[in-house]
Amino acid sequence: MTDGFYSARLRRGDMAPTEKLSQVSWSLLFWVCCIFAFGFAMLYSAGGGSFQPWAGPQLARFLAGIAIVLVVAILDIRILLQYAYVFYGLVLILLVAVDVRGLIGMGAQRWIDLGFINLQPSELMKPALIMALARYFQGVGIEDIGRPINLLVPVVMTLVPVALIIKEPDLGTALLVLMSAAGVLFMAGVRMWKFALVIAVGLGAIPVIWPFLHDYQQNRVLTFLNPERDPLGDGYHILQSKIALGSGGLFGKGFMDGTQSRLNFLPEKQTDFIFTMLAEELGMVGALGLLALYVIVLIYGYSIAFRCRHQFGRLVAMGLTTGFFLFFFINIAMVMGLLPVVGVTLPFISYGGTSLLTLMLCVGILMNVQVHRDIQISMRGGIDF
Amino acid sequence: MIATRDSDWTKMFNRRAAILGGAQGLMVATLVGRMYYLQVLQADRYRTLADENRINIQLLPPPRGRILDRFGQPLAANKQQFQVMVIPEQAPKIGQTLEILSQLIDVPDHERERILKEVRRKRSFVPVTIKQNLTWEEMARIQVNAPDLPGIVVDEGLTRYYPIGGGASHLLGYVAAVDEADLTGDPLLQLPGFKIGKLGVEKIYDMQLRGKGGTSEIEVNAVGRAIRELERHEGEPGADVTLTIDERLQRYTAERLEDESASVNVMDIYTGEMLVMVSNPSYDPHVFARGATPSEWKALSTDSHAPMINKSIAGRYPPGSTFKSVVALAALEHGVAGPDATVNCAGFTTFGGRRWYCWAFNQPTRAHGNINMVQAIAQSCDCYFYEMARRMGVDRVAAVAKKLGLGDITGVGLPNEQKGLMPTEAWKKAATGEPWQPGENLNIGIGQGQVTVTPIQLAQLAARLANGGLAVKPTLIKKAPGVEAPQLESLGFSPQNLAVVHEGMFEVINGARGTARTFAKLKFTDAERKGWTMSGKSGSVQTHRISKAEREAGVKKQEELPWEERDHALFIAYAPSEQPRYAMSVVVEHGAHGSDTASPIARDIMMKVLEYDPSRKPRVDEDVVAAAPPAMVPPAPAPTATPVKPAGDGQ
Repeated sequence: MTDGFYSARLRRGDMAPTEKLSQVSWSLLFWVCCIFAFGFAMLYSAGGGSFQPWAGPQLARFLAGIAIVLVVAILDIRILLQYAYVFYGLVLILLVAVDVRGLIGMGAQRWIDLGFINLQPSELMKPALIMALARYFQGVGIEDIGRPINLLVPVVMTLVPVALIIKEPDLGTALLVLMSAAGVLFMAGVRMWKFALVIAVGLGAIPVIWPFLHDYQQNRVLTFLNPERDPLGDGYHILQSKIALGSGGLFGKGFMDGTQSRLNFLPEKQTDFIFTMLAEELGMVGALGLLALYVIVLIYGYSIAFRCRHQFGRLVAMGLTTGFFLFFFINIAMVMGLLPVVGVTLPFISYGGTSLLTLMLCVGILMNVQVHRDIQISMRGGIDF
Repeated sequence: MIATRDSDWTKMFNRRAAILGGAQGLMVATLVGRMYYLQVLQADRYRTLADENRINIQLLPPPRGRILDRFGQPLAANKQQFQVMVIPEQAPKIGQTLEILSQLIDVPDHERERILKEVRRKRSFVPVTIKQNLTWEEMARIQVNAPDLPGIVVDEGLTRYYPIGGGASHLLGYVAAVDEADLTGDPLLQLPGFKIGKLGVEKIYDMQLRGKGGTSEIEVNAVGRAIRELERHEGEPGADVTLTIDERLQRYTAERLEDESASVNVMDIYTGEMLVMVSNPSYDPHVFARGATPSEWKALSTDSHAPMINKSIAGRYPPGSTFKSVVALAALEHGVAGPDATVNCAGFTTFGGRRWYCWAFNQPTRAHGNINMVQAIAQSCDCYFYEMARRMGVDRVAAVAKKLGLGDITGVGLPNEQKGLMPTEAWKKAATGEPWQPGENLNIGIGQGQVTVTPIQLAQLAARLANGGLAVKPTLIKKAPGVEAPQLESLGFSPQNLAVVHEGMFEVINGARGTARTFAKLKFTDAERKGWTMSGKSGSVQTHRISKAEREAGVKKQEELPWEERDHALFIAYAPSEQPRYAMSVVVEHGAHGSDTASPIARDIMMKVLEYDPSRKPRVDEDVVAAAPPAMVPPAPAPTATPVKPAGDGQ
């Protein structure tokens, strides 16, 4: 087998599943497993040295997640391309359903109970929107990017789900979705000045939006600006989080010996504030270790995007990578008091089913781009043999 | 074309990816910087905050020291007390649990409301007290039914207990909850339920009895639940205070006084140690430890017999005829009368244009006739002492009285001790602006008028007369074993003069015509004490003036008067007469004649004192004391015909 023959086949994409599996980036999967191992250990500690109630179930989900990664990785990328809008549409309908259920008084919830899992459509919207946008730009030439219609459609595609998610209300996820979409638009070549304009308008809109925010959302922002404002109320969480982090010091208090987390001074230590617990028990050394793993995964994402030959794959890979970055950055910055508390979990570490499975889906899609990096896709997005 | 477009794409993509990557790199660097700031630069500060979060320092109250009598018998001690509490989180159906509990012990409805209110207010793991001071039986009943009472726990603590009951309340005082005014910064005082001494010895020696609190460092979680004890520093239990009181005599005296409104004080004439200090009626000190109800307060503070006042130190009475011992000694000391010189008693003396009656005037004999000093003391002849006082004037009487400690605090060491008053001419001028009237001298001569004394001063007076004029002072605190009693100073009275007064006081009880010959003779039958005698002086003090009309109509018998109008009965005594060791004072408010009411009380108590002879016995529980020679051992008393004065403090 010559290289030329090989690449011709790769270009056509007619590979057997086993061949595709050999193309999967197993080392990326290894690093993801490393991150999960951190999370598993933390959930075990959060449970007071027990697999229940968090570590055990989360491990089961992770193993299921690995299956998802591999299955998604070897799907033909053109199928992803073809069904990108359908997937986006389905998730959008679920989001509307969640909002409508809240409206007709069945209680405002962020999830839909599917029996075996509580599905959070807002989580699924992250990959769905990224793929839909990538799908859209796959068919747009570089000289057509500047046309208003090519800006208007993606912006509408982004703002509709973002508005629905804000309404849930889940400001954190809405922010993540919005910024991931912005990442895709940026990489697709939308002009810099347009971003600058939007940011300027956005800042200008804050005083207009402010009265429409929920009280607790306003409080979170105010508390972020001055955590000592109400040390026993809204400032309590962030203050306790900083105490836990700081008291961990360089080497931490030791695994399962974090006083702040064990004595429940930390709120939601198994979800939003799990990084705090990690930094308390394992110290700055442990926190830096986790951060390094995240950066490794980030570099993998970039390299997959660089090596991909088609626009769809590049944009998907960059969108997912950007989303992933924002995901862990916002969480860590939040618990360290650099950002307001917006309720974003820590990828692969925090307890939570939908979040973990969505992440694994994203890893699967990234792998898929890696496997199908050389495939030629027609301008119109169809399967081109 | 496609290639160009591809390369344009790639260029832009790479450029933008670099921008994005660079931005993300910067943001990661920000995270690392923040981490370094929090976990390295500020680590110490946050570590302190984390410890403050989780460590709760609790005070451990030290057990209060005991108050012991001279033989180590507890007068105030700590008793285990049981209280029943409910831990709400362990009692899911709290109403039902309380219902079952109230069938076992009495829980009034208003208490049940309070409990439910407290349960709602406090965190679910904080125990709420249901009832304190459970009896052993109640405690056992709850324990037996424990399976039906989820969340109910019985807790034991210490409560102050006075085995003698009310028998020494005025002396010991009581403990009660801390008031705002008591707060001194000692954190112990802020402990809920902590009690401090409020009166008497409990108050004076509070710091010693209190001890030092320990601390316990408890790790607590975010809602304050205790997780475990990290460190414990035991405090110092309060030190015991040993009094000079003999618990047996104190108890006997309190019982002997029955319902009388009275004060009895017995002291060792050489050491000043108080063996008995009883003020009657008394109160139950336990009431204050648990908190007196308003109605209990009212009952105690409005009682005509003044149970809340320690009459021994705070009751001021004219000394009446007991003062004649002082006037007699003063007359001898100032040379205005010799032991054998007589004064004629006609039943009254005329001075300043009016008659001054002798009490004999109301007796069948109407007068004492010619009477010398010894007989004047023995028969308490008023005319004789009118004459002595007239000859001396108040200031010369006061000089001797003051040496004997009258009109001044004794320094026995209890709060609220009163001075009484020994008037002088200068005092009257300063206090009222009026000059002293010669007639007032006569009143002073028989211990009436302005002069007032406290019962403890009277005991001190008897002791100073009995010990040969040594400046003994009453004390309540037993000296540590081996500590020498300080040498007593002499007051400078002539032994011959004292001997005359002694003889007079001997005759009061043992003479053929002594005022107290009927009731105050000691009645020992055992070989050792047979023939021992007591010396003393009775007194009765009019509490209202006898008008001329009354006197002509025939003075009413005391028993016919309402209680408030009867005379105070007083008695001072020491024994054994020949070799005295113990002195005492008895004051019975409105007890009518001293010789009738106070003297038998004095006799009974003195006999008990001599029987136990406590100053000669070592503390039973302390070998050290037993081994050490007593600070002062006078020769064993032996009945002899002539009174032997003790050789003073030289031994």
